[in-house]
Amino acid sequence: MNIIVCVKRVPETTEADISIDKSGTDIDKSGLVFDLNEWDSYAIEEAILLKEKVGGTVTVLTLGGEESNESLRKCLAMGADEAIRLTDPAFIGSDGFATARILAEAIRKIPYDLILTGTQAEDDGYGQVGVAMAELLGIPHAAVVNRLEVQDRKVKAHRELEGGLEEVCEIDLPALLTIQTGINEPRYVSIMGIRKVAKKEIKTFGASDLNLKAEEVGLSGSNIKIEKVFLPPVGEGAELLEGKPEEIASKVFDILKDKGGLT
Amino acid sequence: MNEIIVLAEHRQGELRDVTWEMLSKGRQLAETLGAEIGVALLGKGVKNLAEALKPKAHRVFFVEDDRLEFYNSETYEKVLIQLITERRPFLTLIGHTATGMDFAPSLAARLKMPLATDCIEVDLQGETLSLTRQLYAGKVNGTVSFLKKDPYMVTVRSGSFPVLERDPLPGEVVSIPSPLTEEGLAKRFLQYVEAAVGEVDITQADILVSIGRGIKDSENIPMVKELAQALGAALSCSRPVVDKKWLPKGCQVGTSGKTVKPKVYIAIGISGAFQHVAGMKGAGTVIAINKDPKAPIFSVANYGIVADLFKMVPVLKDRIKELKQK
Repeated sequence: MNIIVCVKRVPETTEADISIDKSGTDIDKSGLVFDLNEWDSYAIEEAILLKEKVGGTVTVLTLGGEESNESLRKCLAMGADEAIRLTDPAFIGSDGFATARILAEAIRKIPYDLILTGTQAEDDGYGQVGVAMAELLGIPHAAVVNRLEVQDRKVKAHRELEGGLEEVCEIDLPALLTIQTGINEPRYVSIMGIRKVAKKEIKTFGASDLNLKAEEVGLSGSNIKIEKVFLPPVGEGAELLEGKPEEIASKVFDILKDKGGLT
Repeated sequence: MNEIIVLAEHRQGELRDVTWEMLSKGRQLAETLGAEIGVALLGKGVKNLAEALKPKAHRVFFVEDDRLEFYNSETYEKVLIQLITERRPFLTLIGHTATGMDFAPSLAARLKMPLATDCIEVDLQGETLSLTRQLYAGKVNGTVSFLKKDPYMVTVRSGSFPVLERDPLPGEVVSIPSPLTEEGLAKRFLQYVEAAVGEVDITQADILVSIGRGIKDSENIPMVKELAQALGAALSCSRPVVDKKWLPKGCQVGTSGKTVKPKVYIAIGISGAFQHVAGMKGAGTVIAINKDPKAPIFSVANYGIVADLFKMVPVLKDRIKELKQK
């Protein structure tokens, strides 16, 4: 079973203080910590679990500059066998569709049975690349998968729907699945583990290696463009309870009694 | 004649809210454009849904086929390729839901249509669409434009648009012959499965003590359990806590979990991502504890406490025990 996993290096923003950069079209990323996209960490773990069960190889693929090697090495340390980085100045500005096209062209050169991606990325959150790529490659797919089982040349996938419901479907291989968080428990990678794979080769391919023309990638190959970013409007907002913790606690008690919650 | 087509999303015999939201927004956009609004309904035995949709559109494109009994990206794509190619609507609106996410990107790629996903606002200036979507998990909003010509496809986030009361539209039902054949599918629907209900039904609780990513470690859960006990409350959580297996799925509040309406909801270490807020905005009173004063949860909460939860929660628990005894 040969599995390809597409991953992305993203800035961690959940607990960070965010400001807009000079271009006005992105956030200021200086000072932010980067890591493997959370959804992708579940996708790579799922691929490695499958490999451990049925054998085969795991190839990890990313699009980005040299800094993305860090994410690839994390995947190698987790247990991926090979890493490929797609990089070219022409790729800059690619939207979800152009990204899918670049990844699909690279994947055509690799034998595979299953492709896994994260359901979405923490940064742009398009939730588009995996499913678009399946179409470009002409293979079946399922999105938002939170459980999977491979049997013969088929995969049984549970898709997470709204309200605690799941849809179970059966898909012929080769196929592409986009993986939802919580499907497994991504293994911990130590610094020693990353050091062990520090010298492992990371192959790189550019636009010409993939027979992609300049107008097919980057902004010219894209369908959408971010014109500007801005901080979301703040709603009316909460009444802040201030004071010493004990005083705040007394206020909370009063609110709970008043609002009928506490009996 | 120009047209905007909304895809009706339905499951287990019911139209989903996002359908009405898209129809409301779509009608407004169609009026700006001098166009008409249509709605596409695919299914089996859903004539009643077609009737329900009639007042909301000029046309209901109705495709009935046994093979459309359950949603499947492959059958949906085949039907919609035919419909969009024939009608060539200026804009197709689809929900950015578990369904829309499963087929809109591949349908757009197949039809070579520009697609913008997960939009929270859709504006028209003349014939130019301007979209708003969130980036970096809601930390910033972005204005997005299309670089190519129409027809366009946009997927919209549930809960983004109000459903406005309007005069009914003619709603002509246009039955479209299904293009599906006996040809085998590479993807087959098997069944629906309900997630297991936890020991406690969080939808029935008067007070919910709810924890998020800020709880940091499973070791810290007993601390909030004690607070919940002191309050006679049930313990619930946001997605990251379930993803890490610290609490069972039955405790999850949000789009993919439960929708709750307690009298009081105490959000502890929850940033307030829209997926979570969608599940708890019906609460009577919301009290939020978070160390980040900019956390989105403070714009939905009635009362906010900007504090380190590890300091605040134990004090709160002791004080509540003490005051309850008085």
